[in-house]
Amino acid sequence: MLELKDICYTLPDGKEILKHIDLTVRDNEFMVITGPNGGGKSTLAKLIAGIVTPTSGQILLDGQDITGLDITNRANIGISFAFQQPVRFKGITVRDLLSLASGKDLSVREACGYLTQVGLHGASYVEREVDATFSGGELKRIEIAIALARESRLSIFDEPEAGIDLWSFKNLIAVFEHLHEQNNGSIMIISHQERILNIADEIVIIADGRVANKGSRDEIYPLLLSEETAVPCGCCKGGNCR
Amino acid sequence: MNSYDLIMDLVGKVSDISDLPAVGAYNIRADGCGTARQNSENIEIITKTDKPGIDIMVKPGTKGETVYIPAVITHGGVDDLVYNDFYIGEDADVTIVAGCGVHNCDCEDSHHNGIHRFFLAKNSKVLYLEKHYGEGDGSGKRIINPETEVFAEEGSTMEMNTVQIKGVDSTKRVSKAELKDGAKLVITEKIMTHGDQTAETSFDVIMSGKDSSCHLVSRSVARDNSKQVFRSYMRGDTECYGHSECDGIIMDNGVVSAIPEIIANDVDARLIHEAAIGKIAGEQLIKLMTLGLTEKQAEEQIINGFLK
Repeated sequence: MLELKDICYTLPDGKEILKHIDLTVRDNEFMVITGPNGGGKSTLAKLIAGIVTPTSGQILLDGQDITGLDITNRANIGISFAFQQPVRFKGITVRDLLSLASGKDLSVREACGYLTQVGLHGASYVEREVDATFSGGELKRIEIAIALARESRLSIFDEPEAGIDLWSFKNLIAVFEHLHEQNNGSIMIISHQERILNIADEIVIIADGRVANKGSRDEIYPLLLSEETAVPCGCCKGGNCR
Repeated sequence: MNSYDLIMDLVGKVSDISDLPAVGAYNIRADGCGTARQNSENIEIITKTDKPGIDIMVKPGTKGETVYIPAVITHGGVDDLVYNDFYIGEDADVTIVAGCGVHNCDCEDSHHNGIHRFFLAKNSKVLYLEKHYGEGDGSGKRIINPETEVFAEEGSTMEMNTVQIKGVDSTKRVSKAELKDGAKLVITEKIMTHGDQTAETSFDVIMSGKDSSCHLVSRSVARDNSKQVFRSYMRGDTECYGHSECDGIIMDNGVVSAIPEIIANDVDARLIHEAAIGKIAGEQLIKLMTLGLTEKQAEEQIINGFLK
């Protein structure tokens, strides 16, 4: 179980990005974080992965304080993070990255298995360098495959649908549905997509650096769809946060 | 290690053979002298009579053969100059493994200057592999200055993979090529320098034949206080395609200069140059660290991949 306790993150110029965030991700829970752009969602994800260090507050995993652990140690205790903007590498192949992610040298067949899950024809991709020859959508799917290969206890996906075409998006939903059914770890997805929100156990709305609302899908999803109100907001006492 | 073992150890490091091949052509040059040679039915190696070096004659139509011509230096105070000419017959398709290894535990410098000329007949094809390596703890420098000239006739193809990863204190590498109709040249160069090493590479390619093409990729890593200079001159005199790309990673106080020149002498000549020099991108390190690597491991992974 991952717990965030009173997490704040302030930039050196004094701008507050995250304000007193309290959040719990239970084992095997499928949580979707949503909310307006610029509200602090990606920063929150990076903070859990250790890429960003909170200004104050605590991060606990199974009761153990991991706030001071760096990126590598967070990864090694079972936190994985799929970037919103995947990184390109000259000379490093898709199979290299999948092998690093899984912690062992994967055979072509094994590597292709992960790629197939994200709708890519593995044999056409597995030995290619992860460089500028890939389209944005292909890179996103590879990024997700890398996260799958880690088989982590907590997998964080930052807007996995961004840059993916409609056809691929259907496959993507199937990937997440499958992950959810497998129940092998907790999943946190930052997303604006209705179909992803619709398969969540828990939906959390982050707006203006705060947890504006949270609850089960049945509680929150209808509110998100309701007329006029994008986000019923805790920070303005039930009003509409825009 | 006795002299033979040291020679074969260096040969292994630059040409990936651990012993003299039972079949196929080879010529091993050690400390300025030819020490072992074998011809094959299709590839004959002949000692030059006017200057140091050999002629490598590949019969027309020869397919799938590999010829090894490594040169090694086992001590300081050697100044080796060698001229090797390769005559590749029509329709031949062969692999040539060259390379130079210098072991220097002495206080005097050792030099290897290898001047290789390739004459590719019509529709022939060559894969040329060249690895340069230095070792030894002497104060004498390990200096390797290779020159490669390619004369590519109609429809021929030359692919050249050249690597310098370790231990060469100073290198000046000069490569020149002239490409006739439909001829194709692919050069991939990978260099890593460290300490106070210097490396200069220079490419001079003239595409005089219609539909000729050149693809030149240089990837380099300059660590510590090392310095590298990359020069490329690519000229298209007719309808042709040329692409050169220089990627450099700099670390510590390393310096990389890229000086490209592309000249289109014909309206149908298409020439492209790309260059990027900088330190390892922070996001690349972070990505690999999120996979469980330490920062140091991530750095090595990125460099090893870059120079793979």
